[in-house]
Amino acid sequence: MLLSLQGATVRFGGRAVLDAVDLEVAEHEIVCVLGPSGSGKSTLLRAVAGLQPLDSGRVSLDGRDQAGVPAHRRGVGLMFQDHQLFPQRDVGGNVAFGLRMRGTSKARRADRVQELLALVGLPGAGPRAVAALSGGEQQRVALARALAPSPRLLMLDEPLGQLDRSLRERLVVELKELFGRLGTTVLAVTHDQSEAFALADRVVVMRDGRIAQSGTPLAVWQRPADAFVARFLGFENVAEAMVGAEAADTPWGKVPVPEGAPQGSRTVLVRPAGVRLVPVGEGLACTVTARTFKGTHVLVHLQPDDAPRLEAACALRAAPEVGDEVGVEFDAAEIAVLG
Amino acid sequence: MRLGLIAVPVAFFAVFFAYPVAAIVGRGLNVEGAWRFGRIGEVLAQSDVRHVLWFTTWQAVVSTALTLLVALPGAYVFARLRFPGKQLLRAVVTVPFVLPTVVVGTAFLALLGRGGLLDEVWGVRLDTTVWAILLAHVFFNYAVVVRTVGGLWAQLDPRQEEAARMLGASPLKAWRQVTLPALAPAVAAAALMVFLFTFTSFGVVQILGGPTFSTLEVEIYRQTSEIFDLSTAAVLTLIQFVAVGAILALHAWTVRRRESALRLVDASVTARRPRGAGQWMLLGGVLVTVAVLLVMPLAVLVQRSLDAPGFGYYRALTSDDGGVFLVPPIEAIGNSLSYAVAATVIAVVIGALAAVALTRRDAGRFVRGFDALLMLPLGVSAVTVGFGFLIALDEPPLDLRSSWILVPLAQALVGVPFVVRTMLPVLRAVDVRLREAAAVLGASPWRVWREVDLPMVRRALLIAAGFAFAVSLGEFGATVFIARPDQPTLPVAVARLLGRPGELNYGQAMALSTILMVVCAVALLVLERLRTDRSGEF
Repeated sequence: MLLSLQGATVRFGGRAVLDAVDLEVAEHEIVCVLGPSGSGKSTLLRAVAGLQPLDSGRVSLDGRDQAGVPAHRRGVGLMFQDHQLFPQRDVGGNVAFGLRMRGTSKARRADRVQELLALVGLPGAGPRAVAALSGGEQQRVALARALAPSPRLLMLDEPLGQLDRSLRERLVVELKELFGRLGTTVLAVTHDQSEAFALADRVVVMRDGRIAQSGTPLAVWQRPADAFVARFLGFENVAEAMVGAEAADTPWGKVPVPEGAPQGSRTVLVRPAGVRLVPVGEGLACTVTARTFKGTHVLVHLQPDDAPRLEAACALRAAPEVGDEVGVEFDAAEIAVLG
Repeated sequence: MRLGLIAVPVAFFAVFFAYPVAAIVGRGLNVEGAWRFGRIGEVLAQSDVRHVLWFTTWQAVVSTALTLLVALPGAYVFARLRFPGKQLLRAVVTVPFVLPTVVVGTAFLALLGRGGLLDEVWGVRLDTTVWAILLAHVFFNYAVVVRTVGGLWAQLDPRQEEAARMLGASPLKAWRQVTLPALAPAVAAAALMVFLFTFTSFGVVQILGGPTFSTLEVEIYRQTSEIFDLSTAAVLTLIQFVAVGAILALHAWTVRRRESALRLVDASVTARRPRGAGQWMLLGGVLVTVAVLLVMPLAVLVQRSLDAPGFGYYRALTSDDGGVFLVPPIEAIGNSLSYAVAATVIAVVIGALAAVALTRRDAGRFVRGFDALLMLPLGVSAVTVGFGFLIALDEPPLDLRSSWILVPLAQALVGVPFVVRTMLPVLRAVDVRLREAAAVLGASPWRVWREVDLPMVRRALLIAAGFAFAVSLGEFGATVFIARPDQPTLPVAVARLLGRPGELNYGQAMALSTILMVVCAVALLVLERLRTDRSGEF
């Protein structure tokens, strides 16, 4: 394993910001840590970088314990949330910084800076002032700077956090492609699930300093580990239920479950696509309280008589109006029993 | 590591500040091994001491109030109005602050004293009244208020007031509810600084106070050098020490409150051209104030120094009259400059080490407490320090009595607080994560300082050096004790010339003061070009 954390714990005051975290990252793997703000994801990166001492547990790189190894000798790269480019140096000076610290020769440095600026799509930007760069350009320079010394592990803290949506979507594809080409090992943290899912080979969801779930994007998306992860991923139709062989008793009534689902007292997730609208009188009676246009479909917010709200994904043409009375039935294929 | 950084300044202050002050207090209160703390009560019971205490406090309060009254409109004008020549005017306003107190005293003597401008024109003399002292104090501290309050005012986001306006507040109400509370801590901090400077005023009162008016500092000087009553001087030193400590504690508290989250913006975007009669009148009023109060005394000083035909007073400076000095007074310029350079080097090294130690994130409570202690030399009687040097540093291994380094050491003491105050805000403003970014890229801690911090503080360091230089150049209270008679500094020479009767001595004092003023003003103008908005309070 390139990186391995065992029982890594960091306390601020009495509170454990990182609570006995175990995590492994293999070479060439791209791992994304996903979690709401305050879940300890940035602290995790800082602990690996050596910027934040551990209260207990250990961080190993290539099997070697990093306790007592200062940040500048760990040979890992970190791209900061707001880039932290050195304002008094030009673009080239920023990219060359890490090489200079390692005593790379001047000629070699110049070559490498050129190579990296071309790689991130800013060829010839070396003499430009950092202050004159746009947000997206700063992000690219920060990436080039972090990549220049060829770190064995590259860490990204909210890499695309401050950019606007269209730029973010484009860059995330570029990044994934670039890391694949270079074979870079990446540990990134973000609060944005679409970013994490697009970038990562493996997603790690964090909550209150602990790892709530770890798995491929598809696995996490299809079977969130618990109600927290499901809600964090944006699912609203989550409820406690008594699961039987074929159906579950939920606040919304009997809901069919897929074959082979675990039974007993469980959390049930109904994806919006699994909430089918039927004429009034059939199924569960609901009132439409709101509709959100999502481009490819409409998200309809439904209020049953005495049960929690439901969200249903509807085709554009079939979507009811606010105030309409509708019936609801459930589709077993879009239902997951969690935990 | 952090103990290593802080050790040098701590040792410096222990040996060259705490030890001499303790020695002189001990000399005054300890008779043949027995402490006589009863002396404190006895001294305090004397009516003339109580009178000095009363006058010191009273004049400081009035000086502070007057300074605020005169300078606050100035702070507004500099912060929010844009007009041609503003840069130059800002420099002009700051010149008095770096002027040696002796020069300020001399300038006001030339304006208000016997044979002064007012005397000639209207037959009015103010040098025997308290007004001369008060006006000189306003002159001296105008810049403190304009810089501290105006600096913050310029950075307050005008949109905060606009937000209040949108919520239904009238312009005045928006100012009172939004801007004033944000400014209050800065006003308090500036007022306390002015109070501190005027409370410990020496050179100005020494020259303008005559026999009638005496502050604690002047009284300490009188008791030590004229009456040789060391125990009274020791008690007065202690009193001043306690008072200054209290003022500094209060100041530190207000400054910390000021650091509370304010929305600050780039100062260059908040200023606008004056609009409406009110703003034009305010601008006019401030310009007249600056002209009358700040420029005129200095102009009169220069004019008086040129009174004799063919630069007579200046030429007289080069001749050895054998009376006042053992050497031609002009040599004081060379002495002053070389002392000030040495003092600047010491102050910058000590102050920079202290500032770096204070900004380290792992700085403990001990180190942070040191922050406040560093300010003490600004307020502790310079006279005591000077005299303390003489009696404490006179035996091996620290026999410096006959060494030239004694003067720069004393001057550096006053310079260090300026260096620390100038550098701290800049160092604190360096984003910690910028240092971390460098560390992750492979820079060792020393390399981080050189690559990240140094480029950012280089200007602040130069500004700090400039202030230390100007302050050292003008230092009077301590230097007057320890400068050797054949190696006077400029302020010492001016004071000696003024202490002698005769037109020629008076004229030479004016000429020397003018030279000193020009040197300080040039140093300041160079600094103005370097100044950034973040570089400290001074």
